[in-house]
Amino acid sequence: MIRFLIPAFIFIVLMGFLFVGLYKDPSLVPSPLIGKPVPTFAASTLKNPEKIITNKDLQGKYALVNVWATWCAACKQEHAALMYLAEQLQVPIYGLNYKDDRGSAIDWLNRYGDPYIANIFDENGRIGIDFGVYGAPETFLIDAEGIIHHKLVGVMTPAIWEEQFLPKINQIISPPTVSMN
Amino acid sequence: MKILLTIIICLALSVGASASFITVAPEYEERYEKLLSELRCLVCQNQTVAESPAGLADDFRIEVKEMLERGATDEEILTFMSERYGDFILYNPPVKARTYLLWVGPFVLLVGGILIVIMLVRKRATNIPRNELTEQDKQRLQSLLGDEDKK
Repeated sequence: MIRFLIPAFIFIVLMGFLFVGLYKDPSLVPSPLIGKPVPTFAASTLKNPEKIITNKDLQGKYALVNVWATWCAACKQEHAALMYLAEQLQVPIYGLNYKDDRGSAIDWLNRYGDPYIANIFDENGRIGIDFGVYGAPETFLIDAEGIIHHKLVGVMTPAIWEEQFLPKINQIISPPTVSMN
Repeated sequence: MKILLTIIICLALSVGASASFITVAPEYEERYEKLLSELRCLVCQNQTVAESPAGLADDFRIEVKEMLERGATDEEILTFMSERYGDFILYNPPVKARTYLLWVGPFVLLVGGILIVIMLVRKRATNIPRNELTEQDKQRLQSLLGDEDKK
């Protein structure tokens, strides 16, 4: 009897691991920055090269930091969602314009609308490395003290906003209660 | 001709994939190559940064190069990367509660496998029927061996 039970047990355990693995996305790497302050940086803003934006400027209220670029196709997909968050829900969003061309990025914002309070212009991706960016778009949720609470790798959607961001924002601040739908 | 062309194209592609426009001073070269081969490229996850042609890998190369030039130790560089990208970026992840299964798992499987083999072999050994030779067999054996002697 035990002859059959042992292989059956091993088989079931193996199936369990494989089954769980089916629903995991290996491209999602957990960020070690959760719970830590936003990396220190000082860079020029996208629209005004003379103006310097630093990590201190992100503090004061909770905010999203959205990593984007004009070369990033998925960034275009989520643009409408970001516009909705900024315009309808008054969510403060900062942009990290990642390894982009200043002219094309400004054109993009003029053409499709600008959901950002300001954009950090990270031409060579060095600030991106400090943020642990490996695939735009990425969106960080930070609180008033600049602590990172959540990181989304991929496209922001109404469903993701409600499932992942709203509950966390509820925890850190009196929330925007309106849903995106 | 076609074959030659294919070979040339393959060589050209392989050079493009492994080499990068980033070069380091000879005194750092060995450490630079070693560090890059210990870092995972997060865009194409089964490649090291050394192998990867992705843009992000180039950024990592620049970062490693500049840290080396600033006099950082290998450990400082690997810590710098894992603080930003997590242990996943290290091809040699540190032994932690989270990674016990990863480190210990193969040895558990190995020991388990050895135990099973030992069990099977022992079982088989006891199951072999111990056939005593009958008189007939002994005579046959004698005659066969005897034949051998005469030759």
